[in-house]
Amino acid sequence: MNNLVSFFQERGADIAIALQEHLVITFAAVLLGSLLSIPLGILLVYNRFKWINSIVFFFANILQTVPSLALLAILIPFLGIGMKPAIVALFLYSIMPILRNTYDGFASVDSSVLESARGMGYGTMQRILRIQFPLSLPYVMSGIRITTVYIISWATLATLIGAGGLGQLIVSGLGVNKLELIVTGAAGAILLALLADALLGWLERLLTRRFGRTSSIAA
Amino acid sequence: MIELQQVNKVYDDGFHALKDINLTIKKGELTVFIGPSGCGKSTTMKMINRLITPSSGKVLINGKDISEQNPVELRRNIGYVIQNVGLFPHMTIARNVAVVPHLKKWEQDRIQPRVEELMRMVNLDPEVYRDRYPSELSGGQQQRIGVIRALAADPDIILMDEPFSALDPISREQLQEELSRLQEELHKTIIFVTHDMDEAIKIADTIVMMKDGEVVQTGSPESILRYPANDFVRTFIGQKRMEEGPQGEPLRLSTVDDVMVTQPATTYPSRGLAEAVKIMEGRRVDSLFVVDRFRKLLGIVSIYRVLNMFNEENKTVGDVMRPIGYQVAPGTPLPVAIEMMSNHRLTNLAVVDDDGRLLGLITRGSIVKHLNEVYPTIVEQFASSLGEEA
Repeated sequence: MNNLVSFFQERGADIAIALQEHLVITFAAVLLGSLLSIPLGILLVYNRFKWINSIVFFFANILQTVPSLALLAILIPFLGIGMKPAIVALFLYSIMPILRNTYDGFASVDSSVLESARGMGYGTMQRILRIQFPLSLPYVMSGIRITTVYIISWATLATLIGAGGLGQLIVSGLGVNKLELIVTGAAGAILLALLADALLGWLERLLTRRFGRTSSIAA
Repeated sequence: MIELQQVNKVYDDGFHALKDINLTIKKGELTVFIGPSGCGKSTTMKMINRLITPSSGKVLINGKDISEQNPVELRRNIGYVIQNVGLFPHMTIARNVAVVPHLKKWEQDRIQPRVEELMRMVNLDPEVYRDRYPSELSGGQQQRIGVIRALAADPDIILMDEPFSALDPISREQLQEELSRLQEELHKTIIFVTHDMDEAIKIADTIVMMKDGEVVQTGSPESILRYPANDFVRTFIGQKRMEEGPQGEPLRLSTVDDVMVTQPATTYPSRGLAEAVKIMEGRRVDSLFVVDRFRKLLGIVSIYRVLNMFNEENKTVGDVMRPIGYQVAPGTPLPVAIEMMSNHRLTNLAVVDDDGRLLGLITRGSIVKHLNEVYPTIVEQFASSLGEEA
């Protein structure tokens, strides 16, 4: 017990930094992913040439299948090492789930709702922002939630290209054969993922209650 | 006034949806576009708020060509009601009604009283319904909101695309009546699309009959019924005749199945007497058929018997009902049923299948309605003979 206390006293600052780095990487990746994928998903719904959609989804799927360690390594020649390539790699992973869910959410909005919106004089942007976006928010949110949980776990690998984060604790622990460090890093990542999942789940339910009063909302 | 001049619509795949439509729609009238599905009636209507653009020809509102107007602005000045209602599920009822006033940037203190006024117009108490969401309302209530939403910003023109056809028969009838009542006060220019001739006759000032992208006949319901322009119109206004069998054998065609009311007021034997009275009140009938869970007909109970026994609180419908005297099987020719009714002085007659299940009910009213639909020309002859019985 005393050991544990002194361990945390000794390593507290390192753990805090690792946690902070981990949060920054995750948050930046998900934010970038949302900024790209949500508008892109909306564009794809409105796109008339469906073959473009197939191509976009094809590439998003490919990105998803590249092993995370490999993707991190591939980026080193282009972006060097550190936080930047880590964020980029994880951002690439976040594209697919958010894109897919945004697309499905927008496509799920009842066509009669859209027809009446058009017929009553909503402009295209008004229709997207005031009708379709609120109605597909539960879908979009669940995409963000899934992505965030994945990325928190994958971000532990980012330390291998010098990005820090909770993975740093695990790797150092392995190096000096210190079990407490390994456990702290791993448990930290797990707790963070659970916490993010719960928080975003709560937000999702809140938004569903607020906006999702269609029978079609599931996901 | 709305004018369509030489309007054509040809789709990319070559389908000629509308052919040289020329129409003048009078201000303040309720004009019904009617025809079989695919005849172009909805397409024609959607030209008026530019949801569909003509391939050639012009649409004028009050003399102005609408193709020169901003479509979004135009639509805000034209009410629009669709078949599937299309209320916004994430907005409260009040917010839904206020959609167009909001888009037109009305002051908030002008919107709220307007919303409440409209809700009262269709007998939905604002205190109760204002903050509810569309999914909490019945189909009929939702479409009432759909209708007042179209009226909210007080447009001169309202387009209604089969607004009542997805509703149950009772709500449909109520909404038709409410629409007629509103129209008597408001005198809007309403374009109403339907495929239901009964509905058209009930509410229209002018009927525009369409087929295969062309206008076949235009006129008041009375003139169309009296002087159908061709066989198509004749068929359409007496559609039931065609469904039944070869023409020229009118007496062979009608069976009790055509005439019966398919949703007669029923109750279960375990119900109390007060409940029975309530159902009669709601359905405006003086007797109820008593059925079991499988719709097997057990008996009939009239308002007089219920009221006689009303003080005995323990009595149920099952205790006071009487057995059914006369009934007919499905497929029975109508004349047989009519003869039975007149010989035995019946006001109504149950149609019951082989397993004893109640299928429907023939009343004097339903016979008259049927004759009026199917044989408009011989109603007069028949009316006198029925009158003797009544």
